[in-house]
Amino acid sequence: MSEVASPPKSKKSIVKYDKTTYLTWFETMYRVRRFEEKTLFAYSQQKIRGFCHVYIGQEAIAGALATGIRPEDKVVTAYRQHGVALARGMDSNSCMAELYGKSTGCVKGKGGSMHFFSAAHNYFGGNGIVGAQIPIGTGIGFAEKYKGTDNFCVTMFGDGAARQGALHEAFNMAMTWKLPVLYICENNKYAMGTAVTRTSNVVDMVKLGLSYDMPSEQVDGMSVEAVHEAFLRAAKHIRAGHGPYYLEIQTYRYRGHSVSDPAKYRSKEELEEYKEQDPVFVTQNKIISENIASQEEIDAIIARIDAEVDEAMDFAEQSPYPLGSELYDDNYVQQDYPYITD
Amino acid sequence: MRRENVKNSPTNYGFIPYLCSLKKLQSMSRVITLREALGEAMSEEMRRDETVFLMGEEVAEYNGAYKVSKGMLDEFGPKRVIDTPIAELGFAGIGVGAAMNGLRPIVEFMTWNFAVLAFDQIVNNAAKTLTQSGGQFMCPIVFRGPSGAAGQLAQQHSQTFESWMANVPGLKVISCIDPADAKGLLKAAIRDNDPVCVMESEIMYGLKGEVPDGDYVVPIGKAAIRREGTDVTIVAYNKMMEVAKEAAIELEKQGISAEVIDLRTIRPLDHKTLVASLKKTNRMVVVDESWPFAGVSAEIAYEMQRYAFDYLDAPVVRVNAADTSLGYAPTFVEEYMPNPAKVIRAVKEVMYQKA
Repeated sequence: MSEVASPPKSKKSIVKYDKTTYLTWFETMYRVRRFEEKTLFAYSQQKIRGFCHVYIGQEAIAGALATGIRPEDKVVTAYRQHGVALARGMDSNSCMAELYGKSTGCVKGKGGSMHFFSAAHNYFGGNGIVGAQIPIGTGIGFAEKYKGTDNFCVTMFGDGAARQGALHEAFNMAMTWKLPVLYICENNKYAMGTAVTRTSNVVDMVKLGLSYDMPSEQVDGMSVEAVHEAFLRAAKHIRAGHGPYYLEIQTYRYRGHSVSDPAKYRSKEELEEYKEQDPVFVTQNKIISENIASQEEIDAIIARIDAEVDEAMDFAEQSPYPLGSELYDDNYVQQDYPYITD
Repeated sequence: MRRENVKNSPTNYGFIPYLCSLKKLQSMSRVITLREALGEAMSEEMRRDETVFLMGEEVAEYNGAYKVSKGMLDEFGPKRVIDTPIAELGFAGIGVGAAMNGLRPIVEFMTWNFAVLAFDQIVNNAAKTLTQSGGQFMCPIVFRGPSGAAGQLAQQHSQTFESWMANVPGLKVISCIDPADAKGLLKAAIRDNDPVCVMESEIMYGLKGEVPDGDYVVPIGKAAIRREGTDVTIVAYNKMMEVAKEAAIELEKQGISAEVIDLRTIRPLDHKTLVASLKKTNRMVVVDESWPFAGVSAEIAYEMQRYAFDYLDAPVVRVNAADTSLGYAPTFVEEYMPNPAKVIRAVKEVMYQKA
């Protein structure tokens, strides 16, 4: 039988993990925060174009991704994906260069903000079609089971994608075939400008797993510790061969859906309420107040990340655009594919 | 599948060994149906490559809605021959993910009409995985099933999808009913590192033909001249080949020598074979079950005026399915479908003869 857990109560005063873990969380989350702030700045300068969706507010999930799964596990997500890619260990330079559309970008300027990929980091990409990555992640997990590994595929999607039919088709097959997939609904309360309450009769996205008897939990997505612990529980279940696991992670994005969205559909008070639980600052404060690390160590991380992101912007700025003729690269594996050019 | 692994992969084919001499092999051949030939293609590839598997509705315990996968569950077991729920979008997407992660899925659609539900995964993902990922992830997947009308099945079960799929860069499209060639093409498709859409035919699964023994593949992207002629070139594919052949036989009785070309592959289109034939006959009729607008026949007509304009003694004329949905009544089927009489009329038109 499946279970639905309530969000765990705050245990901020308890130090459960070692120093390295807390500092990894802080560094990962701060990198994402800083990277995204600079992304917005570069976008305002028109260095970055196209659709652009930043991760600010949702960093706790990135932090937990850095500690809760193995490098051999696979990850696929939607288009709000810079933070997920960074959490997988992709470097700031190749990510920022991709946003700038440069040839040094992680996909050589082919993808932009919505489509980072890295085979070396088992990062199967940012997908631009809402919900399409849910069956894809299921198939990635299918291949792991077929090959006989105990790896799984973290398949991430938003509350909007949770209303796509693809989710139900994938959930059903994943449970029927006991596929190693960790489904994560990042419920940030708004599908673009539409509140979950306006488009869904069932507001608790966690319940979507229940009609498939999938083990399902609701998680406090503003707490990196809570998300990390949920990942560990899910990983144990999946690696034991029991099939998929589903987490509804309740989070919040501080910015609009994309850079062009002023987010007038929600109140200032609601935003402020979440900012008080900010995962980056909560973790930073805990590290200091619980003497996990010194202020100097935190300051050093901040200085290093700030420099790293500044350097990434310089790197992106100075890198060349791809040649127009590279458009014909990588449409087919077949090297002599006869493109129609007249 | 990660592209960087390709070099060392046993399934990598830098070249596809072309069947140089089909005739030579035919000394050791059998007469089997298209259905059996396609089944053999899948089984042979599954024997030689552990990463190949088949999934779709009714493919396993039912032995295939059209019995193409007959016996495969018994030989390969449920790990590799997988019955899916009726969820085309879902299992096509699972196929795409599996292909990105090192496997070679064959995804069967009961018919391509139902594959419409999966177009997001075929068009937005399979076709774009390689380019989106800057060449890091391949998607070596085969989507296959019957395409085209199959009698009085009315609007939703009678469509062709060659034109739709061939419009999409990143995909390859095969459409062939000749048992020997269909087998060799399907084997090539399974070994291909790019996504391939394979269009079959419900009413041609029983078509018999001589199929060579042994392992062979037919290269994707090459048309075949089925009948040599001098007065007019008739181009067709899939079951329209039967219409074209019948028309050619009748035309011969009337003193008109028709060359008949089977496209076999729709994308990439082998326009060189077509141009060479047109330079010989100076006239062309395209028999194409897809709808006329922006279809395969339109593309061929463009290619001919672009590359053989000076050789054309008449405009290219096409015989398509009607520019309507197909109705149920037999009179509608007759009106809708290309048939030999329509082809003969078109040939007479390009030869400036009275019908």
